[in-house]
Amino acid sequence: MTGSIPIQYFLIISTLMFFIGIYGFLTRKNLITMLMSIELILNSVNINFVTFNKYLYPQNLQGHFFTLIIIAIAAAEAAVAIAIIINIYRNFRSIDVDNVDEMKF
Amino acid sequence: MSIYDFMTMRHELILTCLVLLVLIIDLNLKQSQKHRIIPIAIGLFFIHTVVGFLPAQTGVLFGGMYHTDGLTILMKNILNVGVLIILFQSTTWLKKEENGEKISEFFILLLSTLVGMNFMISSGDFLMLYLGLELATIPMAALAAYTHHQTRSAEAGIKLILSSALSSGILLFGLSLIYGSTGSIYFDTVGALYSNAPMQVLAFIFFFTGMAFKISLVPFHLWTADVYEGSPVNVTSYFSVISKGASAFILIMVMYTVFHSIAYLWKDIVYLIAVMTMTIGNLFALRQKNMKRFLAFSSIAQAGFIMLGIIGGNKIGMTATVYFVLVYIFSNLGAFGVISAISAKTGKESMDDYDGLYATNPKLSLLMMLSVFSLAGIPPVAGFFGKFFLFTSAASGGYYWLVFIAVLNATISLYYYLLVVKAMFINKNDAPIAFFNSDTMTKIGLFACALGIFVIGFWSQVYEFIDAVTFAIVN
Repeated sequence: MTGSIPIQYFLIISTLMFFIGIYGFLTRKNLITMLMSIELILNSVNINFVTFNKYLYPQNLQGHFFTLIIIAIAAAEAAVAIAIIINIYRNFRSIDVDNVDEMKF
Repeated sequence: MSIYDFMTMRHELILTCLVLLVLIIDLNLKQSQKHRIIPIAIGLFFIHTVVGFLPAQTGVLFGGMYHTDGLTILMKNILNVGVLIILFQSTTWLKKEENGEKISEFFILLLSTLVGMNFMISSGDFLMLYLGLELATIPMAALAAYTHHQTRSAEAGIKLILSSALSSGILLFGLSLIYGSTGSIYFDTVGALYSNAPMQVLAFIFFFTGMAFKISLVPFHLWTADVYEGSPVNVTSYFSVISKGASAFILIMVMYTVFHSIAYLWKDIVYLIAVMTMTIGNLFALRQKNMKRFLAFSSIAQAGFIMLGIIGGNKIGMTATVYFVLVYIFSNLGAFGVISAISAKTGKESMDDYDGLYATNPKLSLLMMLSVFSLAGIPPVAGFFGKFFLFTSAASGGYYWLVFIAVLNATISLYYYLLVVKAMFINKNDAPIAFFNSDTMTKIGLFACALGIFVIGFWSQVYEFIDAVTFAIVN
């Protein structure tokens, strides 16, 4: 049962996931891995919303709705991003960010 | 709730039908006749723009998720006019051979993002705000990668989608903290409960970071120049004007209605960000040679000026912001219209190519001169009044040093705006861009900008009309 687990545990996990996602986004060189890092960030937000809803405000379901919509939008975002990544691969023959550097300061 | 209530969201409904209609009409066109969608789509959108100005009912829908009032309807109409001008200007480019099969995609994606922006402007809670923001961003990445055989366009697309996904992730984390600390996502409820508790301040900083990415304020501006340079010119003008205007508007709305109780905290943040945005945007604009990149940095600097309207926190600040967005639409679209007309005919986008343009294309040069004067804020044209009201609002809030820095920055910006004028009128060139005639629709689009730059500057009713619907920060 969730009742026996303190809310802090969920929040620590979600915060860790969020910053692992940020770290991964900033350090990884592969476009697909960067996309995965963004999924980590979005899922940490989902955990946050569901936890707050379940523990603090069980009477209103806005947190659950928000989570469902984030999942749907994350799927749409990933679809467009992967389509563009395929396009990048066709143009550059690589999905490494170091190669996608035609425009710079 | 009756069918009649749904007419409150008339703008969005008509626009959604329009997108579907363009999709269906495109299916029924033969391969060789795809370009016929251009006049049809522009005609339909013209009707939508006109209908948008008819009196609309205001109210609240879906239990507070969606609301309209005079201000949101005005903002939607401003955006509609801007998009109409962009559509007119893009005809020459769309008719090119390379776009043959995907002309309708341009309209569908562009109008979908406009639907998203309309929902975002009308949002009454954070869920609708997020939905509108994503609907406005995801198709935009597809638009940036529109010319998919060009490496630069694909690069712009991936840079836009990744940085905007990261920024919405950060924004969402802020929203989850807001929900956790207040138990609500409605603007009204959250605004009433907000205090300076550490978690709520942290939530605000996450939220502001996410929005700052979208408006490309300075520490978060790095994607802007690359995306602007890589995208097709007309898409770039859409990014820099419509998308930025809508995001700036919703940011000021949320700052005034939700985070008003911690205004004394965010004013310091906005102060610093405004100074950095203006200064860094201007300094980087000085060294650009590509016209699109040059205007990208100039638009970053302009976003810094918009922050001056937010920081005052008074009614004149909001009026000045909306007015500035209106002026900025016409002046920036004028500049981008000239660039797109030249780029569509000759493919040239470097500032050196503009040398001696006045001798061959005097009308285009004059419009470009008007636009950059308006962007720089030289008195007779509308841009001067836009900046003047922003400075007034910041000064009436007591931020004299900020106004001083802003005036310094306006002077710096004058230098690089005049570089373009100098290139067109004074620089000698053995082989300037030859004289060419744009088609009628492009001419209408360019003329509308010139008209707008003059009319808004001289016709004071525009400002008074905006002033009648704006509000000050709630205290």
